[in-house]
Amino acid sequence: MKKNKRKNAVSNEEKPKDFKVAIQKLLKYNKSYVSLIIIALILSMISSILAIIGPDKLKDMTNVITKGLLTGIDTDKIKSIGIVLICFYAASLIFNYIQGLIMAIVTNKFSKNMRREISIKINKLPLAYFDKTTIGDILSRVTNDVDTIGQTLNDSIGSLVSSITMFLGSLFMMFYTNWILAITAIVSTIIGFVLMATILSRSQKYFSNLQKEIGNMNGHIEEVYSGHNVVKVYNAKKEVDEEFDLINERLFINGKKSQFYSGLMPPLMGFIGNFGYVAVCVVGALLTMNNVISFGVIVAFMIYIRLFSQPLTNIAQCLNELQSTAAASERVFEFLEAPEMADESNKKIILNKASVKGNIEFKNIKFGYTKDKEIIKGFSSKIKAGEKVAIVGPTGAGKTTIVNLLMRFYEIDSGDILIDGISTKELTRDNIHNLFTMVLQDTWLFEGSIKENIRYNQDSVTDDEIINACKVVGLDHFIRTLPKGYDTILNDVDSLSAGQKQLLTIARCMVLNTPFLILDEATSNVDTRTEILVQEAMDKLTKGRTSFIIAHRLSTIKNADLILVLKDGNIIEQGNHKTLLEKNGFYAELYNSQFENACE
Amino acid sequence: MFKLAKKLTKKDVLFFLFSIVFIVLNVWLELKIPDYMSEITVLVQTEGSLMSDILKEGIFMLLCALGSLATAVVVGYLAAHIGSSYAKTLRKSIFNKVGEFSAAEIKSFSTSSLITRTTNDIRQVRMFIVMGIQMLIKAPIMAIIALSKIANKGIEFSIITAVGVVIVLILITILIIVVLPKFKIIQTLTDNLNRITRENLTGIRVVRAYNAEEYQNARFEKANSELTETNLFTQKAMAIMSPVMSTIMSSVSLAIYWVGTYLINEAAMLDKIEIFSNMVVFSSYAIQVIMSFMMLVILFIIYPRASVSAKRINEVLETEPMIKDGQIASDTTKLKGVVEFKNVSFKYPDAEDYILKDISFKANQGETVAFIGTTGSGKSTLINLIPRFYDATDGEVLIDGVNVREMNLEYLNNKIGYVSQKAILFKGSIKENISFGVSKKGKPALKKIKEAIKIAQGEDFVLNMPEKYNSEIAQSGTNISGGQKQRLSIARAIAREPEIYIFDDAFSALDYKTDYNLRKELNKYTKDATKFIVAQRIGTIKDADKIVVLDSGKCVGIGTHEELLKNCRVYQEIVSSQFGKEAI
Repeated sequence: MKKNKRKNAVSNEEKPKDFKVAIQKLLKYNKSYVSLIIIALILSMISSILAIIGPDKLKDMTNVITKGLLTGIDTDKIKSIGIVLICFYAASLIFNYIQGLIMAIVTNKFSKNMRREISIKINKLPLAYFDKTTIGDILSRVTNDVDTIGQTLNDSIGSLVSSITMFLGSLFMMFYTNWILAITAIVSTIIGFVLMATILSRSQKYFSNLQKEIGNMNGHIEEVYSGHNVVKVYNAKKEVDEEFDLINERLFINGKKSQFYSGLMPPLMGFIGNFGYVAVCVVGALLTMNNVISFGVIVAFMIYIRLFSQPLTNIAQCLNELQSTAAASERVFEFLEAPEMADESNKKIILNKASVKGNIEFKNIKFGYTKDKEIIKGFSSKIKAGEKVAIVGPTGAGKTTIVNLLMRFYEIDSGDILIDGISTKELTRDNIHNLFTMVLQDTWLFEGSIKENIRYNQDSVTDDEIINACKVVGLDHFIRTLPKGYDTILNDVDSLSAGQKQLLTIARCMVLNTPFLILDEATSNVDTRTEILVQEAMDKLTKGRTSFIIAHRLSTIKNADLILVLKDGNIIEQGNHKTLLEKNGFYAELYNSQFENACE
Repeated sequence: MFKLAKKLTKKDVLFFLFSIVFIVLNVWLELKIPDYMSEITVLVQTEGSLMSDILKEGIFMLLCALGSLATAVVVGYLAAHIGSSYAKTLRKSIFNKVGEFSAAEIKSFSTSSLITRTTNDIRQVRMFIVMGIQMLIKAPIMAIIALSKIANKGIEFSIITAVGVVIVLILITILIIVVLPKFKIIQTLTDNLNRITRENLTGIRVVRAYNAEEYQNARFEKANSELTETNLFTQKAMAIMSPVMSTIMSSVSLAIYWVGTYLINEAAMLDKIEIFSNMVVFSSYAIQVIMSFMMLVILFIIYPRASVSAKRINEVLETEPMIKDGQIASDTTKLKGVVEFKNVSFKYPDAEDYILKDISFKANQGETVAFIGTTGSGKSTLINLIPRFYDATDGEVLIDGVNVREMNLEYLNNKIGYVSQKAILFKGSIKENISFGVSKKGKPALKKIKEAIKIAQGEDFVLNMPEKYNSEIAQSGTNISGGQKQRLSIARAIAREPEIYIFDDAFSALDYKTDYNLRKELNKYTKDATKFIVAQRIGTIKDADKIVVLDSGKCVGIGTHEELLKNCRVYQEIVSSQFGKEAI
């Protein structure tokens, strides 16, 4: 019984760009397991050799039986052959199993390492990398691609080696025994394989079409299901149905054809075997009659032809499978080899959280997410310690970008940001992050208890501090009504509203104690009345700290010391609420548009 | 699983019956081959056999092999057809069913679950059918025919074969018991790993801001180790399967020969040859018998997965949508766009608390009615009752004096232009997106489309796109910004020329200026239409004819901005929270 798990191998139409390079990298990556893999390979070679000799022994047994059929069989001889065979089977069982175990261990460790490296890599990549990729794409590398590599390596390496051994072994045995029969066997097998290859190459296009249509179908369904309300109210059922039916029909046709073609493999293989069998028998009989060979040769050949054609199929399947291994490892390595953030171990200056005064200066900053489009065009501003700075402006003006640069999530193209007169370029990113607390518009919580979510990575925070923070944001009562209080696990189906989630992230920031504070649309998910509560809490928090506030609702920033009005990447106005209103410029227009009368 | 069988078409069933016939034929031919093999062996072995005899047997064997190939191909085709056609039917049924669903059912299943049910689950069922047809039918037939061939050919040989079968069954049973539950765990652990990675990616700024990279890596590593350990356990267990199987097969042959030797030696002279030929036949068929038992067992391994999927599909198909279509499909009065809520209350089917309680108001043609209140106060739920995403639990919603429940849904929808909070666009050109769906007036002309985009303040950016109105929107509109998406979805509502507009917090994604300009243009253009606006910003709703203030599902004030400023405390609080105390 050979491994038959690979029925769908053909359906994998993923093709690597450079097969050789990918496999080489993979082998290099596997370096630490080389000795284990070699042991496994040797074991599988031995058991293949046993598989080649085994039938030979069984043939001997048949010969002994036929010879003594009428005169009495030599049972001692049978016994000795039988015992040898039992040893063979036992050895092959043990070797095969050990080989399987080794490969399972190696591939699992290997997959685990690979996943770990991807996870670590995520936190070493510059944020700019994630602008270009989707979450789904990275996720599929961590799971699907690594799984594919592990699975196919597990299946194919062992089977490739044993198949090659068996193939070469039987080839050798065949030519050793009789070259005419050997050629007969090879020719008849090759005819069969040419047939199979033609069919397979013709079927390739259905497989790739199938993948494409599956993608189309998923896309269409996702769109229609998530836009269900719109489809309904716009009476668009018929319209989306038509599209669905088209894709469904194409999916049906391609699915049917690819299923059909991949199902052809096993019966075709069977037929090739039978065909070779008859060819060998006929040619063999001809030779026997002319007394060129003995009958035993034919019996041996009948077995060799199977041993010969089966590994060929296996090798073909393995190579096919290795194609998808290569494609998957290419994707993983592409990720692992992406350029990381600059190394900062040589930076010596460290700003201490406790002793930082809190002055910040932006000096003629220029920045663009892509080279061809500048977002921030020469931004300069001086902020004194303890000031409350608001950044306002229409969407797309670059407000969040300023925060991204301040936190050094992105590196500025030119210009400089100074903290207490020290260029942030001289500091490590970790050091900068230590000085800031930030609350973002998108609430981010992870699956863990409420307590863990608030304490997040700050071991020094006590339970009391956590409870206090929750009291300040007005969540304490609510949390206590939950069945497990502060130990309640937050997950996807929890009962927290968007506003409550935001309050939790605000509480998380409150337990930190940093000289700088960034609030990027921090209260946009909280309704305006709760916002007042939070605002009060935040005001307490911002006291004595330099804080940056980005807000849609202009009311929240009226008492800021400095308002920076951003438009198209430039500061077009700055000052406090009063002076800006008096100026009657863009800010005044923005502010008043809140009250404008839409009806004439 | 069996409930789903009803979905097979007549052609599928016919094909299924055909495939049984062909499978029987296939197995019969396949098992015929060893007969010819032994004939040929005997001929080759016997001195003085004629070459023509060998050729004749060889040709017969090849014919059998060809026949078996042909029948296998036919069966393969039939199975592929049935599986794919069945998948197609099921997919269509689910898609249709989901189309009938109301928002309540979608919510209770969740969109992502519905998507998996329409795709992955159907694939599971299809796989089972394709394999099932070939294996479930083939295995017993094979076992029966093979057994019939070796019946009465020696009790000793039968016992050996039976022992082989029993060992295979025991091994597989143990594996199923040990490994199968672990497979379920692996699924959860993989989900875990995915979740942690997803969390790290979505919160990448927070992770970095907190210098929590190591914290995340540690969480990942824990999940990674758990997954690896469980994976390793199952793979180690499964690794025993293939070596043991091949050993059993070889051992059965060996045992038959070995035992045969003694049987032949002890037998009377005349019986010797018969026992020998029995022995040869047995050794080839015994393997077939063991194989067919193995195939059956493998099916039992696949079955649980398919059955879970089938159950999930059934759940969707058996869910009856709560919203039932009404009868009235034409205008009964001269009224146009008059909407009235009469003592409307609403709660979710299984919920205890009401989300809306006793809401009453009336909107006349051309009026703008706005809704404001804290998050969770029920604003969106309230206006979702008009297009019947949900039905009111108590009270009635009337349009032009007719209860919406009694209206034909298409007729009702034709009156409405709806814009959701989260802009929803579809793959296709901008033009196609604006003319999406069917309205009373048919598909809007290009002129209308351009006009609608202009009103929605989208003209500038659309004209800036390379193909203008024919520019392609990617799936879910990922290639344009949130504000642009929202403007297009507003334009889509305008192009329908509805009698009633519903804007469910549709203006929040726009900046103040765009918001202002858009509403100004819209008011000019839609003088006769009734407009419902849910909003957060006071500025957006200040000029509405009526403002409904909601608090925890109750209406705490109805009136104009000025009236409410005077007499509604909640409204005052909202205003002061946005503009400061002096604004009041």
